[in-house]
Amino acid sequence: MLFTTSNKVLLLKVVIHLAAFLPLLNLYTLAFYDQLGADPVQGVIHFTGIGAFNLLLVTLTVSPIAKKFKLGYLLQVRRLLGLYTFSYAFMHLLNFLVFDLQLAWSLFFNEVVKRPYITIGMIAFVLLAALAVTSLNSIKRKMGKSWQSLHNYSYLVAILVSVHFYWSVKSEIISPLFYMLLTIVLLAFRYKKIKTLILSIFVK
Amino acid sequence: MLIKTPSKSALKTSDITDESVYIQRRKLIKSMGFLGVGALLGSAITTTANAGFFDNKDADSGSFKTTPLNFTSDKDNLSLIKTPEQKVINHNNFYEFGAKKNQPAELSQNFKVNPWQLTISGECDNPIRLDYNDLTTMFALEERIYRLRCVEAWSMVVPWIGFSLADLLKKVAPNSSAKYVLFETLHDPEQMPGQRDRRLGGGIAYPYVEGLRIDEAMNPLTLMSVGLYGKTLPPQNGAPIRLVVPWKYGFKSIKSIVSIKLVREKPQTTWNKLAANEYGFYANVNPAHDHPRWSQASERRITSGGLFARNRIETLPFNGYGEEVAHMYKNMDLNKYY
Repeated sequence: MLFTTSNKVLLLKVVIHLAAFLPLLNLYTLAFYDQLGADPVQGVIHFTGIGAFNLLLVTLTVSPIAKKFKLGYLLQVRRLLGLYTFSYAFMHLLNFLVFDLQLAWSLFFNEVVKRPYITIGMIAFVLLAALAVTSLNSIKRKMGKSWQSLHNYSYLVAILVSVHFYWSVKSEIISPLFYMLLTIVLLAFRYKKIKTLILSIFVK
Repeated sequence: MLIKTPSKSALKTSDITDESVYIQRRKLIKSMGFLGVGALLGSAITTTANAGFFDNKDADSGSFKTTPLNFTSDKDNLSLIKTPEQKVINHNNFYEFGAKKNQPAELSQNFKVNPWQLTISGECDNPIRLDYNDLTTMFALEERIYRLRCVEAWSMVVPWIGFSLADLLKKVAPNSSAKYVLFETLHDPEQMPGQRDRRLGGGIAYPYVEGLRIDEAMNPLTLMSVGLYGKTLPPQNGAPIRLVVPWKYGFKSIKSIVSIKLVREKPQTTWNKLAANEYGFYANVNPAHDHPRWSQASERRITSGGLFARNRIETLPFNGYGEEVAHMYKNMDLNKYY
């Protein structure tokens, strides 16, 4: 049969690469030539920010779908999606530091400490970075059981990011609320697991 | 007279890019085949990136007609690097036409400005009503090249055309009870999609209202603008008439005004009502008083140049107009009255 499981995974991965990488290429080309609206800096910051959130939500959708429809092979694309989530978040942060603040480091550190929405965004980014680094198979093997405990933090990242989005807007709260709702729905699929995780904090 | 020094960090004249160059670049990028990738994916996040900025088709499809104005040029501020017209008219905060920066230009092109009625009333001896033609003929028009500092920490330099609000107020002869001036934007949900759709309109209360203290309103810098870049205002910039208060954050400069009222008490204003801790009544540009969520000490000056433009500059007290306006706030704690 043409569509063996490994073929399906390969095809999915190609689609993910195209869907995640080409928009970035398009974005930065337009921004470089000053074609991305009047303020290309705002353009790249918003695009990569919301893009990272979209990718995070897609990543969190994989396992509920795999479970529901018994499509176990889907789990094999989670790492790639997670790494793209991190890449977008990294570009989002880089855009803020390099193009918006233009490497004014003291201003950067001040803003991270002083502004709650930036602080929690930064915490979410650090967590994502930890997840990205530990996604290598060799590290994953070495970590044993603690790998899963670390990667459960992706749920916390989703919550932090939805608050980061909500706190960042001036008055247009409908999109952030919609994203918050999506986050809650995706976490609700893991109700039992999250309940156990929270209880284990108190039991210890 | 009004403004003397070019900012230290002013960009070079060579940074100004001709519009035709933009269009050429647009074509170049198109031919490289990058465009449309986002559209192919059909995801919501790509719409901003593919908004079609400077797209040829945007320029002529159902475009609002502006007309050239007669005015005396501003010869005192020629050293200020102006923000290219295409950016001034495509990057707007005008929630009545959508809360995203590109939406006002896209959703306002069928806006009707003629007929228009602007009433000036309240605590005065001769209330008047101006019609559309009065707006551009009642006073001699002059160009004023002003810096515009948005509360969101970006800024532009815009060649406005208009007349002093003081001249207009003198016509109605304010009485001694007139302590404040209240301005109101048109309320017309049929024409202003942001007013009928909460999602589009960013969830602020309509009609938009703003206010000034009477001495601020009478300050010679305070402008009633009817045009920019030599022509009447396009709708996204507040046609047919708007306020420009260059030493205050942009949200004070209310657009598409239908009513100016002289009042006794300090009026409620739109953004102040929504989040008083973030947006004060005075809203004077003040690098020493941060917005709770970001620093106001510096700003990005939008001129031309792409992503790599080094355009972060220091924000000046009163947006650099301290000499003309600081005396009005002499005994005030500007951290308390932000």
